Amino acid sequence: MVRRHASLTVKSMLEVTGLHAGYDSLDVLHGVDLAVDEGQVVALLGSNGAGKSTLNNTLSGIIRPRLGSIRFSGKDIVGTSPEYIVASGLIHVPEGRRIFPNMSVLENLEMGGYRRGRKCRARNMARVTEVFPRLAERFSQLGGTLSGGEQQMLAIGRGMMSEPRLLILDEPSLGLSPLLVEEMFTLIGQLNEQGLSVLLVEQNVFQSLAIADRAYVLENVSVTLQGASADLLDDAQLRRSYLGM
Amino acid sequence: MDILGFQIPTYGWQTVTGSAISGVFLGSIYALVALGLTLIYGVLHIINFAHGSLLMLSMYAVFFLWAGLGIDPYLAMLLVVPGGYLFGYVLQRSVIGQVSHGRDEIILLVTLGVAIVIENAALFFFSADERSVQVPYDLDGLDLGVTFVVYPELVALAGSLLITLGLWLFMTRTDTGKAIRAVAKEREGARLVGINVEHIFAVSFGIGTACVAAAASLLAPTYAVHPQFGYLFVLIAFTVVVLGGMGSFVGALAGGFVIGITEQLGRLYLGESLGLITISVIFILILLFRPTGLFGQTPH
Repeated sequence: MVRRHASLTVKSMLEVTGLHAGYDSLDVLHGVDLAVDEGQVVALLGSNGAGKSTLNNTLSGIIRPRLGSIRFSGKDIVGTSPEYIVASGLIHVPEGRRIFPNMSVLENLEMGGYRRGRKCRARNMARVTEVFPRLAERFSQLGGTLSGGEQQMLAIGRGMMSEPRLLILDEPSLGLSPLLVEEMFTLIGQLNEQGLSVLLVEQNVFQSLAIADRAYVLENVSVTLQGASADLLDDAQLRRSYLGM
Repeated sequence: MDILGFQIPTYGWQTVTGSAISGVFLGSIYALVALGLTLIYGVLHIINFAHGSLLMLSMYAVFFLWAGLGIDPYLAMLLVVPGGYLFGYVLQRSVIGQVSHGRDEIILLVTLGVAIVIENAALFFFSADERSVQVPYDLDGLDLGVTFVVYPELVALAGSLLITLGLWLFMTRTDTGKAIRAVAKEREGARLVGINVEHIFAVSFGIGTACVAAAASLLAPTYAVHPQFGYLFVLIAFTVVVLGGMGSFVGALAGGFVIGITEQLGRLYLGESLGLITISVIFILILLFRPTGLFGQTPH
């Protein structure tokens, strides 16, 4: 697949080196290296408990790493606050959506732009509703009353309200019907074509590799496999562990 | 009327209506104290045991502003409300939040500790004497026919309603208010959109304290303050919060009025000392039949 942005000067937008992280005495990540280049979709694959969520929470500043560095747009963000990381354009759309159930769709989106101030809000809102016209129809509905697919759209839309440069999508297809899963992957491709870099954390290995430029496989605290998506699709080890072939 | 050997007096409708009306005024103050309590509960998910001592401290602030500088208790609101906000903000940010490490049961105990410290400090510095503000208008008022309403009661009602309305507008119209609601229901999600959750905790604590500071201003013309002053109001405010539904503003307001009216009618029929028992009866009935309160949501 030829990508439009391939001709741009490619530099690492996110660069993780030697990352160690965990909870109390439990080591969840042990020396993880990972990079996302500008304009890329990078898939992060791995079974439950492999440490994907811990990695995401470390990237978004919720967990402090024990060792290693995380560089985003050339700046080391280890030890900075989640709000600083959001403000610098690294947005984590979490697993389970984590939308505000007691607030309207409109308010959810407004909160997505909390760090951007009111001036940019109208512009970002227009962009989000262009991508998700269904959210605009439901502005006054409470977030908690939306269907699963709509909640996922709201979670991504909320993330887009803060003008992300890199979007971490954590299991966006979880709990969606096959038709909606298809829609979700098409959408991620569209967002990427608009210039957004994406770190896609998924269990849908096939579909993720189909839209990703590169992929990493996280297994038992470290990256065991990485490479271009096409190569990984051919990889015997991956086929055995994930695709059952 | 004679029930179980108790002489229950009978009154004309004017007396009963008059009593109920004074219950509305009293209830508006309960609502204001409960408002701060319910806000802190909604966001931090803890009962703030220091709420009563913060009310007492605010009453002393109003008293000393009047005694020392001659500032009218209502005018003192302009000072004690921002002062209360700052005090609450700093208390949460630098004491309660610091020592609790985010664990709810520790926060609960820390607020209890803060209450004990504040009360004993008040006893030490201000002594156990009752002190009261003297205003020239405390006995002036309006004759409503069935009852005579003094101006301090009218101001308390108007003040409570305005503050509730203001707080509601703040929570639904401003980014900070919306962030408070976001943190209340989804801390993790709030962090991920870039809301500083610790700051929002402190803001909520500050607003809760500002509410008792406002209540102190409204109470000062009619009530004398002493170091144990907070207990009475906060015990009743707990009941109001449970009745209205934990975390609900409308519930705090409605609950305040119900409790105020019940208390006054209880005093009328059962006498000054036994009258307060009606509040406990309501409290037990809610816990038995509707533990989520009138406007509460089922916990999830």
